[in-house]
Amino acid sequence: MIEVNEKIAIDHGLKKDEYKKICELLKRNPNLTELGIFSAMWNEHCSYKSSKKHLKKLNTKGKKVIQGPGENAGVIDIGDDDAIVFKIESHNHPSFIEPYQGAATGVGGILRDVFTMGARPIANLNSIHFGSPSNKKTKSLLRGVVQGIGGYGNCIGVPTIAGQTSFDESYNGNILVNAMTLGLVKKDKIFYSKAAGLNKPVIYVGSKTGRDGIHGASMASAKFDDKIEEKKPTVQVGDPFTEKLLLEACLELMRDDSIIAIQDMGAAGLTSSSVEMASKGKLGIELHLDKVPCREENMSPYEIMLSESQERMLIVLENGKEKKAKEIFDKWNLDFSVIGKTTNSKNIELYFDKNKVANIPIDLLSEEAPEYDRKWKKSKLPQKIKFTKKDFKNLKITDVLKKILSSPNVCSKEWIWEQYDHTVMGDTIQKPGGDAGVVRVHGSEKAIAATVDSSASYCYAHPLSGGKQIVCETWRNLICVGAEPIAITNCLNFGNPEKPENMGEFVECVEGLNEASKYLNFPVVSGNVSFYNETKDKGIKPTPTIGGVGLIKNYKDMITMDLKETGNIILVVGKTEGHLDQSIFAKEILNEKKGPPPEINLFNEKNNGETVLKLIKDKLIRSAHDVSLGGIMTGIAKMCIKGKKGINFYKYKGLIDKFEFFFSEDQGRYIIEVKKENVDKVKKILDKNSNHYDLIGEVIEGNISINDEPTLSVDKLADYNKDWLNKYMVN
Amino acid sequence: MKSSVIIFPGSNCDRDMDVALKKFGFKNKMVWHNDNVIPKSDLVVLPGGFSYGDYLRCGSIAAKSNIINSVIEFANKGGLVIGICNGFQILIETGLVTGALLRNKYLKFICKNIFVKANKTHNKYFNKIKKDILELHIAHNDGNYFCSQDDLKSMQDNDQIAVRYCDSNGEISENSNPNGSIQNIAGVFNEKKNILGMMPHPERVIDSCLSSNDGSYFFENLLSNMK
Repeated sequence: MIEVNEKIAIDHGLKKDEYKKICELLKRNPNLTELGIFSAMWNEHCSYKSSKKHLKKLNTKGKKVIQGPGENAGVIDIGDDDAIVFKIESHNHPSFIEPYQGAATGVGGILRDVFTMGARPIANLNSIHFGSPSNKKTKSLLRGVVQGIGGYGNCIGVPTIAGQTSFDESYNGNILVNAMTLGLVKKDKIFYSKAAGLNKPVIYVGSKTGRDGIHGASMASAKFDDKIEEKKPTVQVGDPFTEKLLLEACLELMRDDSIIAIQDMGAAGLTSSSVEMASKGKLGIELHLDKVPCREENMSPYEIMLSESQERMLIVLENGKEKKAKEIFDKWNLDFSVIGKTTNSKNIELYFDKNKVANIPIDLLSEEAPEYDRKWKKSKLPQKIKFTKKDFKNLKITDVLKKILSSPNVCSKEWIWEQYDHTVMGDTIQKPGGDAGVVRVHGSEKAIAATVDSSASYCYAHPLSGGKQIVCETWRNLICVGAEPIAITNCLNFGNPEKPENMGEFVECVEGLNEASKYLNFPVVSGNVSFYNETKDKGIKPTPTIGGVGLIKNYKDMITMDLKETGNIILVVGKTEGHLDQSIFAKEILNEKKGPPPEINLFNEKNNGETVLKLIKDKLIRSAHDVSLGGIMTGIAKMCIKGKKGINFYKYKGLIDKFEFFFSEDQGRYIIEVKKENVDKVKKILDKNSNHYDLIGEVIEGNISINDEPTLSVDKLADYNKDWLNKYMVN
Repeated sequence: MKSSVIIFPGSNCDRDMDVALKKFGFKNKMVWHNDNVIPKSDLVVLPGGFSYGDYLRCGSIAAKSNIINSVIEFANKGGLVIGICNGFQILIETGLVTGALLRNKYLKFICKNIFVKANKTHNKYFNKIKKDILELHIAHNDGNYFCSQDDLKSMQDNDQIAVRYCDSNGEISENSNPNGSIQNIAGVFNEKKNILGMMPHPERVIDSCLSSNDGSYFFENLLSNMK
């Protein structure tokens, strides 16, 4: 075996000091297998060494939280003994190197995190971010990622109900692929990863172990350079068919209580799953690596411990249950092997060919893992841009609207979500393209709404405001479908934490999202951090992605954003101040990329959201949509397109310029459609709750009519909205 | 009325089909691919999904599974057999219906509502459905139906084209063809018309809160013919 030295340790991604610490803690030099294990457990991806200090501050508690961060996924209570298990996770680095497999295994990994806990997955979501459309890699990466997400989710038979796609040049060398899964479980049938009891059999189930993905977790914590494509062999290969079998077999085994602890083999494979289960149970673990089912010959202990082959699980079973458990896995044609047992040594002890090949105290891998207090730089709020009448001269609202609707970040993403099976399982009652996806809780009156959001431009301009904004947008999106927001999961995609600017972005985004999460009583129950999203020293814009989950008590109360009937009145709830900085209008039309993001007023956000939700519950709202990218005009146009209806705008008499009114991206606003006979009732409720509102128009057939401008046909607008992506992908 | 839904490893619409059949009054049983015998049934359904991963040609391994011999026997005796999506692919691989299902024309998985016109003559699947144009749902990668001109002619002569894609007005044209199928064919019968293979999923559109409710007509009609 190779003698381990400092150079080999550095090649494993460890720092000099970290290697020194390992030798001191062990009181000897590690052997190669041990070094591999340390490097996997101590890297950023598994240890959260740069982020831990800040994540500890997160608001993770709430009346409906059954399980917060620290498990395979978070769990929330949705009443009647039902619980929802959910989490979002990144698969950025592998997806850039090999988009199909990277994205596919991202979906596979997050699905396993959810069914590991005993839940049947009921919905998938994703948030994907690509470089500028003109970048030569963008198209093939987009195609590969979409096919990968579809290839995995469609095959396993879990509907992909919502998502988000953005383009920005900061992702040219580092795309982002964040996948989220929700699962349904009975409250008393949740499984955890904490091992308990001595001499309990440790079982390996699922696919065989191969040489794929060795050091995937370390790669996920590395910066990219020109030679990154050489890392292709570190990308795992997904097999959704085996995952489907594994899902069914695990759920079958979970019907009784033979499982003590279960953990999927995700990042750092057998290493992290065994260490985490033992560590949580304050136990030791002994593994016999020759018993691990391998798909390649002559695999070394080092390779077996670090392989990231997919579709595998590690289970600590009750004694005497092995035979019955094996029958289930045999039925599903999956490998089942007793590979070790729990011990009281508090060490991880590995054997191969009867030789002891590694022996490490588990504390050294978990609690003693490094934790850094990285230097970080505070961001200043950029100066506000003073837009004047002159800036809007020669502009027509209708032209601006056409341009915005066909811009890459606003255009319809139907080309993408039509490739995802969003109806399998037969409970999807709101498909992608709305404010949130909604699925019924099978066999009940309840429904679950879910959404993913991020706003990298806002976060880049001012991380603190940006962090708050995303949480608020997630909350609004859930309210727009009539759901009560319950909790969130976050996927924190950032650049290099060793750079104070990037670390500052992280710290302040987290602070912002935490502030909003506390104020809105919208706790974080799970999440993941992805650092080192940088190529050749250029990092991505800070992109925290928030996945939100809400409950609709009776699915018949769900509403959608498409306009319903002519004659109804359109109102905007929430005040329009005219904030154009960082808006799509400023960037796409005025070519102005500076300025602060819109301000967040948490009081108004909460107050407006709660009132709108009440109006929906009282059945006073026919359709609703939040005002986000592109402002009121873009929001209404989308409602028209979806409902195949038009709008006749009332004459605009406000104090701010009409372009500011129609295209600003002030937060905390909703567009609602109300029946004429209910308008007075709605106004009264809004007044009583001190919600600002504007009446802006009336639903008509087929056209958008803005008093002194030419009429726009909604059918044509729909084409503008849909064509950009279709043409981009075909040409 | 008794029905059986076969579960292959990788089936993923088995539960949806079970829910739909029960909703409309069938007593349904789930049957494992490794079994040799189908319980006494009036109807056998091969559900959608990715049987055995579909890593080989779709449906080809399922067509060699243990249970399939009794499905063939049941069908040959005149029993009603439906194959939806992957089930249609399996029926083709067993030779119970004619043709082939190729990769979709634009090489993409397609999940969306589509409209179809059904053949209502001399079959128990669509005969008494009053609506002329049904809004159903497709979700597949390989649904591009193809057959030889001779086969096509003999199927046309024998009235075996079961469903064809159309638009909301009933127009059957290239524009309303989602996947490139020859003659917009979405589903076919065998000669005796006791076997139906089709790509659209009626079981996904059985409630007004779902993307359509037109699948209900299919199941209601089927049941009314079996009483």
